[in-house]
Amino acid sequence: MLGVPPGIWLTVFFIIPLSLIWLFSFGDKRGLIDIDLTWTMANYARAMDPLYLQIFLKSFWFAGITTLACLLVAFPIAIAITFAPSRIRPILLLLVILPFWTNLLIRTYALIAVLRTKGYVNFGLEYLWDGLNAILLFFGMDPSGLIGERFTPAPLLYNNFAVVFGLVYVHLPFMVLPLYASLDRMDRSYLEASLDLGATQFRTFLSITVPLAMPGIISGLIITFIPALGSFLTPDLLGGTDSQMIANVIERQFKSANDWPFGSALSFILMYITFFVLAARALFSKRGSTMDAG
Amino acid sequence: MRGLLAKRTSAGPLDYIHQGWMKLTLGLSFVFLYSPLLILVIFSFNDSRRNIVWRGFTTKYYEKAWNNDGLIEAFANSLTIAFLCTIISTILGAMVALLLWRFRFPLKGAYEGAMTLPIVIPEICMGVAMMAFFSRVGWPSGLVWPFNLSAITIAHISFCFPFVAVIVRARLANFNLELEEAAKDLGASEWQFFRDIMIPFMRPGLIAGALLAFTLSLDDFVITFFTSGPDTVTLPVKIYSMVRFSVTPEINAASTVLIAITLVLTTIALWLQSRAGQKLGH
Repeated sequence: MLGVPPGIWLTVFFIIPLSLIWLFSFGDKRGLIDIDLTWTMANYARAMDPLYLQIFLKSFWFAGITTLACLLVAFPIAIAITFAPSRIRPILLLLVILPFWTNLLIRTYALIAVLRTKGYVNFGLEYLWDGLNAILLFFGMDPSGLIGERFTPAPLLYNNFAVVFGLVYVHLPFMVLPLYASLDRMDRSYLEASLDLGATQFRTFLSITVPLAMPGIISGLIITFIPALGSFLTPDLLGGTDSQMIANVIERQFKSANDWPFGSALSFILMYITFFVLAARALFSKRGSTMDAG
Repeated sequence: MRGLLAKRTSAGPLDYIHQGWMKLTLGLSFVFLYSPLLILVIFSFNDSRRNIVWRGFTTKYYEKAWNNDGLIEAFANSLTIAFLCTIISTILGAMVALLLWRFRFPLKGAYEGAMTLPIVIPEICMGVAMMAFFSRVGWPSGLVWPFNLSAITIAHISFCFPFVAVIVRARLANFNLELEEAAKDLGASEWQFFRDIMIPFMRPGLIAGALLAFTLSLDDFVITFFTSGPDTVTLPVKIYSMVRFSVTPEINAASTVLIAITLVLTTIALWLQSRAGQKLGH
């Protein structure tokens, strides 16, 4: 009884819409809006076209770099929070979570103002350049040969760098939280024992902290990678013409290009990849837990 | 012994937080996370249209945003959708949570798995699926307000109620079953037990879940982008079209308002959750 209304809601307003685009992905586009269900595989075959395969690879590449960058940035943050005095720990955690609750669109928009040609980063760089220029002139050196005739703003926006930077900015909390959760559960006496027995901090980190935090690392990698792979807004607003990701292609098929069958096929490929990653993770954690038990 | 231990940990090698490089990393990380947002907020008060240099304090961009009919209409739409979405999502989510917590039934795993699908599938896929669905079933468009917002509201409920279910279920996991036995022993009917014991116990979870649903709905861009029409624009969709056009202090002002609402709601939700957790501890 209790489960019926939510079940009906989920079926009608979620499962049926998804099934609809699943059917569309085997359909043939006829005319402007008509789609014939012919069970063709042509839409999936078209996704293997080098043009689209390259976009898939690029999406993987962006999501992969983003995930690794997040791991590198998040690990020190997670360690610092874990070992912070218990009084300030909730505050530090809150500080990590708060941007996460700020609108994604607004966070991306905020980055535009920072990265654009007349943005704050270039403003800062120009200030440094002016300073350097003055110093060189003061010592009687010709700055034009060393640092150029005049300040040229660094191209930071509308390129691949901006997309990865934006993705890291947006997804960082996804990585910090699972890392913190696993580091917090860690038995610190292992670390003390390792340090007492003469291992360096670095050695202890590699041989004790990282293996003990492995479940958190894996969770973090996965829950960062999956949303990063399907990102739409970040490449849309920060990327250039050659930094489109798979979600941008899907959006185009459903809006301007009006090729729903192909867009549906791309959506389902993206979903299959997501499920595959999640299934791999489930399998991994199952194997991990049986190893612990044995 | 205890004092000795405390002294050792406070000066020990594990006290990373007091090491300079750790403080520096933490500081730089927070600068990275917060400076773009702070700059956005500060420059919504800057008395200059283009310049990135501070030219004095003004609230004229807030006035301008307030007098921008399109923006205010989008804001009203967003609040209406979020309000309707919150009510229905909280009810549906609470039902799912109670069902999964209390009952065993065939295909429970499948039911549970299906309920987590809206959380895990990429937003873009859900967005296009909703767009295709509403166009194919011939969902009426151009109705009078607020019925013209029904498609967006339905799409929002579909991704919000599974989140509410997760939060309420986490709360239910702490329920002391002896309370039920005591109530039943004292002659409470199933309904009385539900009304007088379960609902009050679930309340912090329900409130936190409702606030989460409200925030998720208010903030959603991608799914709304695919379900909104020319007459049914929400605040994030409106901000998006303004951002595509140009970067102006007016957008900063509108964004600052949205940030402030989200921050207040999130803080309340987190505070309620931690208070509920503390009560359990005692």
